[in-house]
Amino acid sequence: MATTTPIEIGKKSGCSASSCGSTSDQMSHLPEHIREKVFNHPCYSEQAHHHFARMHVAVAPACNIQCNYCNRKYDCANESRPGVVSELLHPDQAIKKVIAVAAAIPQMTVVGIAGPGDPLANPERTFATFRGIAEYAPDIKLCVSTNGLSLPQHAEELSRHNIDHVTITINTLDEEIGAEIYPWVFWNNRRIRGRAAARILIEQQQRGLEMLTERGVLVKVNSVMIPGVNDEHLKEVSRVVKSKGAFLHNVMPLIAEPEHGTYYGTMEQPSPTAQELQSLQDACAGDMNMMRHCRQCRADAVGLLGEDRGAEFTMEKIEAMEFDYDEIRARRAAVQASIAEEMAKPKVQVATVSLSSLKRRVAATPPVLMAVASKGGNVVNQHFGHATEFLVYEASASGVRFIGTRRTDQYCVGSDHCDEGEDKLALAITALDGCRAVLCARIGITPWEALEAAGIKPDSDHAMEPIEEAVAALYTAMAEAGELEIAGSVDASVA
Amino acid sequence: MALKIVAACVNCWACEPLCPSKAISAAVPHFVIDAKKCSECDGDYADAQCASICPIECAIVDAAGVPLNPPGSLTNIPPEKLAALA
Repeated sequence: MATTTPIEIGKKSGCSASSCGSTSDQMSHLPEHIREKVFNHPCYSEQAHHHFARMHVAVAPACNIQCNYCNRKYDCANESRPGVVSELLHPDQAIKKVIAVAAAIPQMTVVGIAGPGDPLANPERTFATFRGIAEYAPDIKLCVSTNGLSLPQHAEELSRHNIDHVTITINTLDEEIGAEIYPWVFWNNRRIRGRAAARILIEQQQRGLEMLTERGVLVKVNSVMIPGVNDEHLKEVSRVVKSKGAFLHNVMPLIAEPEHGTYYGTMEQPSPTAQELQSLQDACAGDMNMMRHCRQCRADAVGLLGEDRGAEFTMEKIEAMEFDYDEIRARRAAVQASIAEEMAKPKVQVATVSLSSLKRRVAATPPVLMAVASKGGNVVNQHFGHATEFLVYEASASGVRFIGTRRTDQYCVGSDHCDEGEDKLALAITALDGCRAVLCARIGITPWEALEAAGIKPDSDHAMEPIEEAVAALYTAMAEAGELEIAGSVDASVA
Repeated sequence: MALKIVAACVNCWACEPLCPSKAISAAVPHFVIDAKKCSECDGDYADAQCASICPIECAIVDAAGVPLNPPGSLTNIPPEKLAALA
């Protein structure tokens, strides 16, 4: 079995000020050699994602399994979810696109292949793309995301490329549950269905995971939380994959809208609420480092997490571009060095003083969720109306912790609903479900009133303040004003 | 004896590398099977390879025009629901 490096927070000088001690940074749990690998990876570090960008290249159209949350009609510009792309690329086009993006966005450090099918069901195209990127842009980290069916046969080759992260989507270890999620797999030249299909897939995933960790490749496990199907079971998945050496477990919510045409969408399978997702993530967190800020990107996303600049880099535009490789390399190195320097500076830290005083004053108040509009820098600095996502924190008497992100565009259903103020506001309020307050830099009167009507307190008094300090201050103020009384006690007195 | 790819095809490339007769090629608006080369995998495999990996129902039909993967057979979505979607 793979030896897992003991997870311990660096005790000596290895503990960098930027990541140690911050409860909101899941990277602090990781051993030093893994943190070194992921510090500038936007998907793995809440801090890095404000500075470093990533891109997915859609070179892998074919798939060898069917998942009930996926549909292979993958061309919709209005949707933002995995498996969706607008333009399928040949490897040579993908390499050119990577160079174009590397030139335009020097802080782009990561290229992933995630579909729209399965990268390892398209091994020639996937590995040709990785070879080309390694040749022209060797500073770029490579990632691949797979369903795992073909992983054992490609594990050795993956470990030979400059690929330091592989993501395996593992939704179950149980073939009965698997048969509910996967209608078929293509295996040894046959389409296999039902439990037999699930058994093959599960075996291959687990073997692939073991083979990669034995070879020193970082493995993250993604799981899609499907209420009533695998939600309880994912706690066991978390335990098992960690024991086999996976370094992160990312529990993502099912995305299932009828208009996506997936099995789950069509059959009206409910997606988890933000709170159901959070409580499962909390339940798994005891066993595993969890990833709270995954944005469930498209298979052709480009830019910082939560933004998509894909439209700037269509093949038509890229074909017309000329590149000076040496100049690009030099500029990238300079930009990335200055970001690393910026990140290494002691960042505005969790307000420990205000938290301890908070503990005294508001010990009796319940934990609440608060959302923050931020453009980055760990500061409340975004206009409410400009936010396409919110950072969600839990504030309680014991402190403030980062819970995850809520996107407002995740469930965009098409152009009829896009860019219209009223619908955008409705989407934002839906995304904020369960939050008691939202902190932002500024906010208009219409959304202010709508938020109040929805029971969410808008707040712009803490504009430009460090996030965790601002959340703690607002929590204290609300507690002192009696706005956080436990609903149950009110009900009891009424009854 | 030959299979045919029809308009439902989404150009996902899954079938192309599997064909033992090299009968499948990319084309516009969708992939095509060269009827002169296609053997329906007879003698090579128990099942036609293109139809065994194709994720789209009704995208591959036989000489009589009958889909090898009829509605609902790959997604498990009941045909009446599929009809409502269209």
